[in-house]
Amino acid sequence: MTGKLSRRAFISSTGAFVVALATADWADAATSDAATTPPLQPDRLDSYVAIEKDGTITAYYGKIDGGQGLDTSIAQMVAEELDVSLERVHVVMGDTGRTVNMGGASAATGVSRAGMNLRKMAAEARRLMVDMAAAALGVPAERLIVSDGVIHDTAGASKRVSYADLIGGRRFDTPVTWNGQLGLGLAVTGQAAIKDPKDFKVIGRSPPRRDLPAKVFGTLEMAPDVRLPGMLHARMIRPKVAGAVPVKVDEESIKDIPGAKAVWIKDLLAVVAEKEWNAVRAARKLEVTWSDSKPGFPGHDKLHEHIRKAPVVKRHIQLENGNFDEGVKQAARIVEGEYEFPTQSHSSTGPACAVADVRDGECTLYTSTQKPHYAAEGVAELLGLPREKVRAIWMYGTGSYGRNDQGDATADAAVLSQHLGRPVRVQYMRHEGIAWDPKGTASVNRSKAGLDAAGRVVAYENISKAFSRLDVGTNEGRAADVLAGHLLGFPLKPSQSFEIPVASYTFDHKRLGWETIPPLMDRASPMRTTHLRDPYGPPILFGSESFMDELAAATDTDPVEFRLRYLTHPRDREAVRIAAEHYGWDRRPSPRNDQRDADMAVGRGIAYRRHFTTFIALVAEVRVHRKTGVIEPVRYVCAHDVGLIVNPDTLRHVIDRQLVYGTSRAMLEELRFDANMVTSVDWQTYPVLYADFPLPRIDIVLVDRPEEAPSGAAEMALGLVPAAIGNAVFDATGVRLRRVPFTPERVKAALEKA
Amino acid sequence: MARHLTLTVNGKAHAIEVDDPDMPLLYALRDDLGLSNPRFGCGLGQCGACTVHIDGRPVRSCLTPVSAIGDGKITTLAGLGTPQQPHPIQKAWLEEQVSQCAYCINGWIMTAAALLAEKPHPTDEEIKDALSTLICRCGTHGAAIRAVKRAAQAV
Repeated sequence: MTGKLSRRAFISSTGAFVVALATADWADAATSDAATTPPLQPDRLDSYVAIEKDGTITAYYGKIDGGQGLDTSIAQMVAEELDVSLERVHVVMGDTGRTVNMGGASAATGVSRAGMNLRKMAAEARRLMVDMAAAALGVPAERLIVSDGVIHDTAGASKRVSYADLIGGRRFDTPVTWNGQLGLGLAVTGQAAIKDPKDFKVIGRSPPRRDLPAKVFGTLEMAPDVRLPGMLHARMIRPKVAGAVPVKVDEESIKDIPGAKAVWIKDLLAVVAEKEWNAVRAARKLEVTWSDSKPGFPGHDKLHEHIRKAPVVKRHIQLENGNFDEGVKQAARIVEGEYEFPTQSHSSTGPACAVADVRDGECTLYTSTQKPHYAAEGVAELLGLPREKVRAIWMYGTGSYGRNDQGDATADAAVLSQHLGRPVRVQYMRHEGIAWDPKGTASVNRSKAGLDAAGRVVAYENISKAFSRLDVGTNEGRAADVLAGHLLGFPLKPSQSFEIPVASYTFDHKRLGWETIPPLMDRASPMRTTHLRDPYGPPILFGSESFMDELAAATDTDPVEFRLRYLTHPRDREAVRIAAEHYGWDRRPSPRNDQRDADMAVGRGIAYRRHFTTFIALVAEVRVHRKTGVIEPVRYVCAHDVGLIVNPDTLRHVIDRQLVYGTSRAMLEELRFDANMVTSVDWQTYPVLYADFPLPRIDIVLVDRPEEAPSGAAEMALGLVPAAIGNAVFDATGVRLRRVPFTPERVKAALEKA
Repeated sequence: MARHLTLTVNGKAHAIEVDDPDMPLLYALRDDLGLSNPRFGCGLGQCGACTVHIDGRPVRSCLTPVSAIGDGKITTLAGLGTPQQPHPIQKAWLEEQVSQCAYCINGWIMTAAALLAEKPHPTDEEIKDALSTLICRCGTHGAAIRAVKRAAQAV
């Protein structure tokens, strides 16, 4: 492996940013002699943390960073337990040759799971080194303290030894207790206790993100920047009609383009060239005859009608207490509500790009997939190689936010490289990043509730009907999970799954469940569904939290008071209470009745959720312009309880940015498609939020609970945006929005109908 | 027929050979010169990830034919400032900790830098207007606007 030295240190003129080892160290990972090599055995301490000869610390993090700044947060956790300065800790991320599989990015568990594992391993390493120092210095361990990697005798200042002197460059060779699981479930513990929050020096502070200087000064090398000797540039050729496969490829059509060549393997078709632009040109010019395909998609306008009528593949009642059917019979009054969520695309800023080098029975992948360990497994199956012969080196790249198209491009590159015997770089074009990524599923969410004569909710049911969120797997760990696997004829492996709203609303009879319907097309479908950021939050919560608002209105109750009446968990209640209080919530039922004749109506709405042990409430204030149907979000207040906070600034930024992204999904995003194909192919046909959108002022109130385990934050708040806005529109106008996105045309129509 | 061109990028002249005079500048910068900072986002001029300056003006390099550059002086994000001597926008970007993945960053910083060169104290509307054709899927829009205001105050 070759490449430019890409590890760089930056010192800013302001002195604020001292050192940043910010670039993905794909080159020196493979070439440096100075770095330790972890054994990759999950039950060995050396697989997680190493003390280098120079006294720096390497933490081996088997996940990745999708842009949320985990390099800094993870380093803080490790530095805290080892009592070293943050600058000493270097985090190796997502390289399958250097890290144990911790599940990749998934469910915002970067800090809560893998971070906590590394924190425990750092504490264990410190314990072992203090014991070594006690023996070396001839003093009891209790008398020793550690200051930036140097162990001192509190009774005699001259007695000291550094981590580097004790074990620098060598392995601990010590077992740790491993729960036997790989991936997200991996848990390791040592004998050492982790620190009491009152002793924190690094956790809970906000050092600036170490990855940002290289990003801001344009020096960060991402996966698309990998250039290997002899590398070919590839572009994939996709059909104009979904399901069509090539039947004839006219190589003559690209003969004038220097070095261009078509590669056709079963149903997978690509062009390659030495020069990137020539690959682009060849992809445009290649003449292909496609098989006849008649997908018969319902089109985005009729999609929800299709979902309602579609047969149910699997019905699953995920949670039931009491007996809903009996409970609802006793009700004096029934309230029902139905909510529709569209298909949405990951539509990552950068269409997927990956480089693969397959030679001599080995494969190296340079990829910014969220799940490099699984991607390596999937590629091994595709190429027919033993798993240990495939190494995936994760690098920074475009934020993927769920199972986007990166896994597909990684697999395509591997297949092409194996076929051609040369390194291949696959860059998807814009239309592939929107029309061909695996999609976030559309759904119809139905609620029903029974109220007794006093207006108390006695029975509540919430059922989603949707495409499975696992039509293709989120892990890319099987050939069937990626487009290349579909095109090469691997057996498909869809599974049936959706989710339910999680909340501590307590009703006598409660039933929560889901129904999945068949995919619109089985194989190589541009409409295949999988995880999009907060995979089921926005569709389900739009329904469930809008419906809670309907119940509050039906019983003439203030929406905050209604929620507090039924929420039982103290952290749920606290989040709702804090958001309302910070906003300055005026307790009264919705809607307001004093704006009926106003062209512009103002309203506020609240939505709440729990996601794992993150507790969030979001208040949105909006202006509704009746004549145009334009909704202007004016202000958001987000109360956010994640347990222990590792880096408050980073956390605030993650919440702030995702609320803007969530606004895009609530207000603008809907994948368009017709009978034959997805017709959203660029930023004009898949509208998203631009900077001239009326952005709200965003207030974030962090609830710090150092005594509680940290939970996740990277996707938890965004799911509340559609319901919070919808509820605010109801408060302003008395009109209930039942379909995302809230485009002016749709809002105007809803207002006129009322 | 291959054609020889000279591109001046970040103060340095580079001789390149192109097969197609219509090749967009982005491919010359990334593929011929090996630069990493301008990025491919759409190839349609709709997102800004490929933005560079030509003689100080922001240009979408994914649409600009390499043969049309002439003597234009090209500046990329990496040529705008350094950690030792950051451009005011870069300094503000770090102070506001704007970015998440930063794949889009060339568009935002290069566009904002050109705006401040033209209008050192832009109004909120002028800032939004200048940035209104840039894509960011991480949702950094609000933070980016705050950073531009911060930089404008510092100028």
